[in-house]
Amino acid sequence: MTSSEAATLIRERFRAEPVVDGRAVTVAVGRDRWQELGAFARERLGCLYFNWLSAIDWKEQGLEVVGRVENLGTRLVLIMRTKLGAETHCPTLVGVWKGADWMERECFDMFGITFDGHPDLRRILLAQDWVGHPLRKDWVDTGYTPYR
Amino acid sequence: MDTEARKVVEMGWGGNERLVMNMGPQHPSAHGVFRAILTLEGETVVAVDAVIGYLHRCHEKLGETLTYVQYPTIASKTDYVAAMTSELAYVLAVEHLGKFEVPKRAQYLRVIAAELQRIASHCLWLGTWCLDIGGALGGGATIFLYAIREREDVLDLFEALTGARLLYGFHQVGGTRYDVPAGWDKQVRETIDRIERRLDEYEAMLEDNAFFLVRTQGVGVISPELAQEVGISGPLIRGSGIDFDLRRWAPYSSYEDFDFRVPVETAGDCYARYRVRMVEFRESITIVRQALDGLPEGPISSRPGVKSVGQVRVPKGEGYARVEGARGEVGCCIVADGSPKPYRMKWRGASFSNLAILPHILPGCKIADVVAIMGSIDPVFGEVDR
Repeated sequence: MTSSEAATLIRERFRAEPVVDGRAVTVAVGRDRWQELGAFARERLGCLYFNWLSAIDWKEQGLEVVGRVENLGTRLVLIMRTKLGAETHCPTLVGVWKGADWMERECFDMFGITFDGHPDLRRILLAQDWVGHPLRKDWVDTGYTPYR
Repeated sequence: MDTEARKVVEMGWGGNERLVMNMGPQHPSAHGVFRAILTLEGETVVAVDAVIGYLHRCHEKLGETLTYVQYPTIASKTDYVAAMTSELAYVLAVEHLGKFEVPKRAQYLRVIAAELQRIASHCLWLGTWCLDIGGALGGGATIFLYAIREREDVLDLFEALTGARLLYGFHQVGGTRYDVPAGWDKQVRETIDRIERRLDEYEAMLEDNAFFLVRTQGVGVISPELAQEVGISGPLIRGSGIDFDLRRWAPYSSYEDFDFRVPVETAGDCYARYRVRMVEFRESITIVRQALDGLPEGPISSRPGVKSVGQVRVPKGEGYARVEGARGEVGCCIVADGSPKPYRMKWRGASFSNLAILPHILPGCKIADVVAIMGSIDPVFGEVDR
């Protein structure tokens, strides 16, 4: 399946406007269709390979979750995005790809995004008693600021 | 044995009761600080809780506070065993975003550095892994010392090239920082010839050893489905029968100019991963030879040397660059806002994704196999924790 074919399928199903760049297709959907997009990517587009999942803090516009999955046979890359707005909750993808487990835990750790339905949502890199989420833009570092 | 006594043995001391055991964080086979909380039934692992983060320095936050000029030198500290790889991933992402040209000579130098780095990294893996499963190899220290000897030779080459042995600062946006010194070419060829000869020796040492085969064959099997779902990469996924090598898949830095083989094994066990890496050693040597033969003349960087930390600016946008490191896909995603620093930087560490396979394959293994499997995954905790 080529990236333009994949874009057509996504357009029909999700009424979203995918961006095609070479083999990569980027699609943004609402939070409510996040899991549906995951299942669709896996079942229909054959994206069995879970590459990574992370988030971006857009300050006033809130958090955005970004995930990258691939079809290793046809070399199709799907970049999935969803804006959370004022919320910090996002449905989990663990039921679709097992690899989402650690990635979502890292995302929770660094951004404070609660992945609803995640079986074991704990901090992964920071200590369990750590306060705050360092990759949020409003997170204030302590006094030691070597480069400004 | 009467029924009552049997009950005592089976339900009491040596039987079905579960034992929770900490392996690490300071365990010699952990290759760094890693803690596995194992739930055991006798010798068999039934559950594992992997605890990571002991080496966490929040590189992604550091990336947001350092400029495009400053960060590449820090990038090497994510995976310090193969420092060239992460530097390369970062500068490739910046070059992709800023549409900076890279001269052909610099691309070839990057390939030489990357492949020598792969050899050095695999040397450390071979040595430490065999040391871990040591008992079966007459102590295992023999091959460890041999492999470290080879790694030292490669580090000598890096020292001649960059002046450093561990963290190099070789790459910069637009090219490389150093050109090859006089006579380096000859030194490289001698070293790789020597390593190539010695590889046969190691293979004979290991593959003729019945204990080595028993400890590795059929141990820690990863199915192709699980491999994809968890997102492992590098020698692990190729050991599970999936032909996924970024040098072939999405060539960067002129890899399309070189002729090499991508080894794929189908068994998915520790032995398959070992075989893949042993072939990769040889393929890396071939690539280095080809790159040295075809090394073009010309400048090594399309940009002037560093004069100020804010010298490199890239337009607004998002870029993702990935390279095939010694452990798999090392990716760097940069969100730029037009300033000299990234707005957001994300590391896709190969070791992080590779290690995530552990909770899926350890249950059912014997505790001695945990050590063999850990070593075959070859995690570097600087990259896991970032």
